[in-house]
Amino acid sequence: MEAVNQNKSAARSIDIESMQRGPKLNLADETACIEIKNFNLFYGEAQALKDINLTIPRHRVTAFIGPSGCGKSTFLRCFNRMNDLIDNVNIQGELLLDGEDLNSPAVNVSDLRRKVGMVFQKPNPFPKTIYENVAYGLRLQGINDRQTLDKVVEKSLKGAALWDEVKDRLQSSAMGLSGGQQQRLVIARAIAIEPEVLLLDEPASALDPLSTLKIEELIYELKEKYTIVIVTHNMQQAARVSDYTAFMYMGELIEFGATDELFTNPSKKQTEDYITGRYG
Amino acid sequence: MSNSTFKSWYQSGSPWVWLNAGAVSISLIAVIGLVLLIAVRGLSHFWPADIMSVEYNEPGLEPTVLMGEKVNHEVVPAERVPSDYPLKEGQTTVERYLLKIGNRDQFGLDFRWVNKDWMGEISYPKDILAIERREWGHFYGYLLSVQQQGETVAEGEQAWPEFQQRLERSNNLVAEIKYIEKIEIGKINQALESLRLDERRLELDGVPEDNPAYAEIEAAKALENEKYAKLQTRLSELNQALVRDQVVLQMSNGQEVILPLAKIVDVVKPNEMNRLEKMQHYFHEVWKFVSGEPREANTEGGIFPAIFGTVMMVLIMSVIVTPFGVIAAIYLKEYAKQGFITRTIRIAVNNLAGVPSIVYGVFGLGFFVYFLGGNIDEIFFQAKLPSPTFGQPGLMWASLTLAILTVPVVIVATEEGLSRIPRAMREGSLALGATKAETLWRTVIPMAAPAMMTGLILAVARAAGEVAPLMMVGVVKLAPALAVDSVAPYLHLDRQFMHLGFHIYDVGFQSPNVEAARPLVYATAFLLLLIIVVLNLTAISIRNRLRENFKASDN
Repeated sequence: MEAVNQNKSAARSIDIESMQRGPKLNLADETACIEIKNFNLFYGEAQALKDINLTIPRHRVTAFIGPSGCGKSTFLRCFNRMNDLIDNVNIQGELLLDGEDLNSPAVNVSDLRRKVGMVFQKPNPFPKTIYENVAYGLRLQGINDRQTLDKVVEKSLKGAALWDEVKDRLQSSAMGLSGGQQQRLVIARAIAIEPEVLLLDEPASALDPLSTLKIEELIYELKEKYTIVIVTHNMQQAARVSDYTAFMYMGELIEFGATDELFTNPSKKQTEDYITGRYG
Repeated sequence: MSNSTFKSWYQSGSPWVWLNAGAVSISLIAVIGLVLLIAVRGLSHFWPADIMSVEYNEPGLEPTVLMGEKVNHEVVPAERVPSDYPLKEGQTTVERYLLKIGNRDQFGLDFRWVNKDWMGEISYPKDILAIERREWGHFYGYLLSVQQQGETVAEGEQAWPEFQQRLERSNNLVAEIKYIEKIEIGKINQALESLRLDERRLELDGVPEDNPAYAEIEAAKALENEKYAKLQTRLSELNQALVRDQVVLQMSNGQEVILPLAKIVDVVKPNEMNRLEKMQHYFHEVWKFVSGEPREANTEGGIFPAIFGTVMMVLIMSVIVTPFGVIAAIYLKEYAKQGFITRTIRIAVNNLAGVPSIVYGVFGLGFFVYFLGGNIDEIFFQAKLPSPTFGQPGLMWASLTLAILTVPVVIVATEEGLSRIPRAMREGSLALGATKAETLWRTVIPMAAPAMMTGLILAVARAAGEVAPLMMVGVVKLAPALAVDSVAPYLHLDRQFMHLGFHIYDVGFQSPNVEAARPLVYATAFLLLLIIVVLNLTAISIRNRLRENFKASDN
């Protein structure tokens, strides 16, 4: 009960912050980070994404909302080519990261995923120590120097607002952390390799309200340095944390615009119905 | 009413619970019963039982005195005794004892059934000796005197301490002789053999006979032969010293026997020992069994070489089967395209586990021993031909054969383990820029390690109990040397070895002395069980430690 109350009051405080965000955001003023042009995706015969055109602005939080099965997670997983793991997926169109097609054969998938980090719905820390979880990405790059690792681990854990809670038990198992801590650890793990883009696939849906709040605060801080794309079911969450929101329905992009604009004054009927809870 | 109570009882699931619990109880009772039976039968053999002395009047024969250890007892209904048996009026049963009377060299047999009806009073004279001999089994009798080169040095009261003292001396001599024969002469033989091979190699290479290399080899040979001659002199001295003493003993029938001390391993007076002394002697005997070498066609002495062989074989098999099975499973699960062919391979692997093990023995003999071993000999051990090195059954081939036999278990368990790793773990690693191989190495395989250990545990359990294929690919009744010794290269994979499972078969079925062998069968079986349990517990504790480290996420 208490936690919920706290959450409500804290949520209000974020709302106030978001209102104090300053000048109104306008897509035309932003620099592009990821450009999506005429993008189609098929699972075998079935088309999951239909002709999507979208530009994701740099150093902003972009939220994808929409009912279950609308293809928003599938879409998100295209940005770091996680869909490569699934057989039978075919794509058409262009996905440009910094102007370069990330599906071109010249792109090294590992390099791409280092540039585009991802956090999943369920916390998935490795069954290793907290320290080794954060150091994992660096060790992959062959960085084993203790001092460098120490520095990066501390910086990343601080960046993920977890440092104070775990600094005395870095060598204990990450499996002993709570769900919210685990999710922040996973974020720390992702930002340890300093990606450009951070993809968050419903990062708070498996967490309690208090942990959700912490993650949301964290997202707000992280956008200083990273371009963030977040998929969420929770419309309040999208409203609280994002600068821009894309509404998707049945594999199509229905509407995309500044979050304040989209939530207060949607231009499409479908969007309005969804955010007012009339369907979905 | 009662019908509905039955129905509700039935619906409550209670009968189902009872059925399940019953099945578990029966399995448990079966296992405990089996272990208990084997343990009791096997371990009681080493207890120094009291030796009875009894007058025996068999009708139609001279009365005699029997001396021995009661090992069995049965009551036979009168209908089953031979018709010429003089039954008393109203007698319905006949009681019989099986006595171990020992002295096989004198009496011809060392176990004898005696009827209680014909037995006089049973006594347990304190001064009966139970002598463990190097040949012919036990000797039971009274000590008369101790002799040195045929002349009496002690009799009566003094004889017993003198006997013990001189026995210690002779046992030390025997140990020294054995050391020289086994270790020192063994080394010389090895050196001579390698010199012979050097010479043969020179011949095969077509080096002319006037080459100085030959002279060097001859010189080295002469040196070794000189050493050998020295050892021979020392040996004959020791042997001379060994035959110095004898004891004069009296058997139960009054006959006197002279027994050289060189033939005696151990002597006790069981009727004089108290419980504590018996206990000490018991553990001493068990230790001799576990650590000693077999004698008398495996019916006497210890079984250390068999224990050693079993453990070595299982260890080598584990070292081969684990990487092999794990790598195969990883390919099948992670890299191979899942489809018809993979499915077929998987079915084939599973079926491989059901092939009778003797078939693997045949395969091992044909492929490993004759084909692989033969070719290895041709290429690397040509100088030694025609006597085979790897072209004969040996430890290496036995381990490999068992590795093939158990590899399906490891593959199946590893695949299970790999499929249980949550997809989220792999995605988490891939999302950090790891390639598939890096993800496997750093995350998936460590997490699947407990499952691999489970596979290994099952493999070890199966391999340690397997006998049939081993008889074809390396196990022998009596191995002249252990597979590990102090002569380079220390681990001799080409050697034949002894195995507990085969030892049980051999002692139980091939032994000339059934009654003497029976307890050893149980004792060996108990030891085999114990070793399998120890090997399994080791593997399980390793697995549990791995599980601690790689506990999967529970929330």
